[in-house]
Amino acid sequence: MDIKTKLEILADAAKYDASCASSGGQKRDSRDGKGLGSSGGSGICHSYTPDGRCVSLLKILLTNACVYDCLYCINRSSSHVRRARFTVEEVVKLTLDFYKRNYIEGLFLSSGIIRSPDYTMEELVRVARTLREEHLFRGYIHLKVIPNADPLLVEEAGRWADRLSVNVELPKPESLQALAPRKEIKDIRKAMGRLRTTIEEAPRSKGRSFAPAGQSTQMIVGADGSDDSQILSTSASLYGSYRLRRVYYSAFSPIPDASQALPLKPAPLVRENRLYQADWLMRFYGFDVEEIVDRAQGGMLDLDIDPKLAWALRHRERFPLDVNKATREDLLRVPGLGVRTVDRILVSRRVRSLRTDDLARLRVPLRKALPFVVLPDHRPTKLLDAPDLAARLRPAPRQLDLFAAP
Amino acid sequence: MTRVRLAAETDFSGFRAAARDLLRQGVEPRDVEFAVAGHEPGLFEDAPAGGGPTASSRPVPAVSRAFLSTIASASLHREPARFALIYRILWRLVDEPGLAQVASDPDVARLGALAKAVRRDIHKMHAFVRFRAVEGPDGEAFIAWYEPDHHVVEAAAPFFARRFASLLWTILTPERCVRWTGDALEYSDGVDRAVAPTGDDLEDLWRRYYASVFNPARVNPTAMRAEMPRRFWRNLPEAQLIQDLVAEAPSRAAAMVAAAPTLPVARRGAKLVDEDAERSEAAAPGLPALADRIQGCRECPLWEPATQGVPGEGPAHAALMIVGEQPGDEEDLAGRPFVGPAGRLLDRALAQAGVPRDAVYVTNAVKHFKFEPRGKRRIHKKPEAREIRACLPWLEQEFTLVRPDVVVMLGASAAQAVLGHTVAVTRVRGEVLDLAEGRRGLVTTHPSYVLRLPDREAAEAAFEALVRDLAQAWALARPA
Repeated sequence: MDIKTKLEILADAAKYDASCASSGGQKRDSRDGKGLGSSGGSGICHSYTPDGRCVSLLKILLTNACVYDCLYCINRSSSHVRRARFTVEEVVKLTLDFYKRNYIEGLFLSSGIIRSPDYTMEELVRVARTLREEHLFRGYIHLKVIPNADPLLVEEAGRWADRLSVNVELPKPESLQALAPRKEIKDIRKAMGRLRTTIEEAPRSKGRSFAPAGQSTQMIVGADGSDDSQILSTSASLYGSYRLRRVYYSAFSPIPDASQALPLKPAPLVRENRLYQADWLMRFYGFDVEEIVDRAQGGMLDLDIDPKLAWALRHRERFPLDVNKATREDLLRVPGLGVRTVDRILVSRRVRSLRTDDLARLRVPLRKALPFVVLPDHRPTKLLDAPDLAARLRPAPRQLDLFAAP
Repeated sequence: MTRVRLAAETDFSGFRAAARDLLRQGVEPRDVEFAVAGHEPGLFEDAPAGGGPTASSRPVPAVSRAFLSTIASASLHREPARFALIYRILWRLVDEPGLAQVASDPDVARLGALAKAVRRDIHKMHAFVRFRAVEGPDGEAFIAWYEPDHHVVEAAAPFFARRFASLLWTILTPERCVRWTGDALEYSDGVDRAVAPTGDDLEDLWRRYYASVFNPARVNPTAMRAEMPRRFWRNLPEAQLIQDLVAEAPSRAAAMVAAAPTLPVARRGAKLVDEDAERSEAAAPGLPALADRIQGCRECPLWEPATQGVPGEGPAHAALMIVGEQPGDEEDLAGRPFVGPAGRLLDRALAQAGVPRDAVYVTNAVKHFKFEPRGKRRIHKKPEAREIRACLPWLEQEFTLVRPDVVVMLGASAAQAVLGHTVAVTRVRGEVLDLAEGRRGLVTTHPSYVLRLPDREAAEAAFEALVRDLAQAWALARPA
C-alpha cells in the first residue's frame, strides 16, 4: 500500500478525535541552527476544513487495526473499514516534510490497540523519540496514552510529548461498559490519575520535563443516553480530579459502516457547541453545573440560546446590574459580557463612567446585554419584566447563531 | 499645516521622533499631516517636521509598555490615517492621563481595532505561509509567496527565523520580501508573483490529508470562512479542494446514514496478548484478592467519580490496625491509604510515638474518596452513615484477615464504622474499649483535624495528644 492511501485511511480514522490544541507547550526554538521547529505560546491553526475545524497538527493513527470492539468507533475490530499501518519512519518523515512547509505545528499521534497496550504504546513512543532524538524536532507533539500501558512507557512518552491524553470516551461508566465492553473505566481513570501525579511532580525534578502542556480528554456526546447535566458533572469531576487542560466534546456523528447498536442519526452539532459554552461557564465564569442546567428542562441545555442567557432569563431577580458598580463576579453573569470585556469595563470605569455607546464600542451585543444592565443613559426595568423577553431573545427559527459569544 | 514625511510604511521610530518634536512644539493634531515617502498626496511638500509658531509646548506623555505595543501594532495597519490617530491620542494623553485605560473611548477603541487587525494579520501570516521546496545552489531551499493585508512582513519574520533557523527560506510578498540566510534576516523590495515557485510535489499528499480529515457529516463553511477568509485561499494549496468538498458533503453524509448497519466481521486471532488470565482468582482469599474485589464495589454511588477504591495496607497479620475515615485526593490517585498530607502527619506521629510504621495495618472506614469538584480541586466531603454502612463488609473482612489485637479509630467516622454507633471523640479518647473477638479499641482525633487547626499552639497540643494515644495503643498491642 502506498503512502498516499495509508495517509487517507489513517487520517480519516483519526478525525473523530476533536482535540487540536497546540498551545502551552514548552518554549523551544531552533535558533541554535541544529534542530527543526519551535513551540510554546499560543498554538497556530494552519488551515480550516469545510466543517469549520482547524488543522493544527498532523492528526493520524499509527494503525487503525484494533483488538477492541467499541461500538461507536470506526476502527472497532468488527468494522469493515480498510486497515492500514504506518511504519515509525513513515510517520517521522511525513511530520518533518509537512512541518518544513509550514503546514502543521506538529504531530498528534494515536493508534488502534494491536497485540497489547504495551506494544502499542512502545510504537507511539518510538515515533516521538525518533523525532526528538534523531531529528531534534522541536515542534509540538501530542501522544495518546493507552490505558494499562506500562507506567515506564508512559513516563517516556511524557518526556518527548508536550501533551498526553487518555480518552474517557463516554460520560457514564455504564455506557462504557455497554458500548466498549473491553475498556474499563477504572483503567482510564487510573491512567489519568498517574498522569496528573507525574505532571505535578515534574517541575520539582530538575531538567526533566513531562508533558508541559498537560493532559486533556474527549467525551463522545449523543452515542449513549446521558443528558447534559450528567455530561457536565462528569467534566466537572474530571477537571477537579485530574487537573485537565481541556475536556473535548465530540458530537457523535454517523460513521461509515456503523454498528446496529447505535443511534443512526447524528447528535445535533449545536448541542456540542452549547456544551462547550457551558464548560467555559464552569471554568471561567464561576458557574456550577446545577446552575447551568435547568432541572425543568430534563437535564438538557437549551439549544436555541446560550446557557448564560438561559440562566439569566431564569434568574431575572438578580438583574439589572449597574455596569459602573457591579463586581467582576456579577458582571461575568451578564449575557453578552465575556471575560475580556468585563476586565476592560473594570479598568475603563475607574477613569470614567460608561454609557451605552461605550458598550457598543467594546463590541458588546447590546440586544442581549441591555435588558440586564443599568447605565447612566439606560434603565431596562420594563424590558426585564416583559413577559415576552425570552421569546424576543430567542433567535428566529432556523437561524441559529452557532458561534455567538456566551 | 505641518507635514511629516515618514521613510517607510513601517517607519515607527521616525514617527515617534516626529511626534515627540511636534508635541514639544505644541503643534495641534488638526494642524499635522503624516505621509509615507512615495505615497504623499499631490500637494504634499517636502517639509521637515515642525511648522509655524504655536501656542504652548506640551510634555511628551508617559506611555505604558503595553499601550506602546498597541500603538506600534496599530502603526502597521494599511489605513493611511493611522499616524494622525496615534498623534491625536498622544496629544490627548497629556490632558487625560487615564485615557489609555478607557478601551471604550472612540479614539482608543479605533486604535485597539487597528492593533487587533494587525496582530491577527501577523498570526494569519504565521499560519498561512506555505513554503515550496526548491533545489538551489546551496541545496534545498524553501520559498513562499504570500499576500498580507497589512505592513507586517518585518513583524512576522522573526517567528519563521526561530522556527526554521536550520533551513534556508524566503518569503516573497508584493510589498516586501524577507530571506533567512542561515544566521540573519535580509529584507528587500516586493516582487511580482510570477517569480515565486508554482508547486511542490508534497502538496498532493497535503491535499489528501486535508480532504481526509474533513468530516462531511459536519459541513459548516461559514465557520471555516470566519477563520480562513476567501482572500487567503488562492495561496493555500489545499483550498482548491474546498468547493468540491462542500458540494459533495450532503450526499456523502446521507450515504453514511442510509447505508444499513453491516454485520460485524468475525475477526479471529485479534486478541490481546496477555489476556487477564487471573480473573478466575477473584474469589481467592487473602488481602491482595480483597483489594481486587474492592475495585468492583458498587454498594454505594461513591465509586462512580472516584479513580479507584483504596484498600488497606500493611502486614497480613498486624497487632495494631489504624482506621481512618476515607481516602483523600492523593490517596485516590495513588490507590494507597495515608499517602497525602494527613498520612505524612500520621507518619510523624507514629515515629514520635515509637511505633514502627511497617508493623501497622492502616486502612479507612470508607474505601472510595467522597468529594465535590471545585474548579481544578476536589473538596473533601464527609461520608454519610449509609456510605459507612455500605462499606463495612470490607472493613470486617480486613479485621478477619489481619486479626489485630488493638484498633485505633481516627476520628468520628472511623469510630462509627468500628463501634456501630456515633461517639464524641473528645469524650471517649484515651478510654480502652472492648470490641468483638477480644479486640480492644481506642478512639483519637483524625490527623486532618490537627492539620485544620489554624492556631499553631493548639495544633501542636493536638499533635502531642495524638502521639500519646498512638503510644498507648502500641503499648496495649505489645504487652511488655
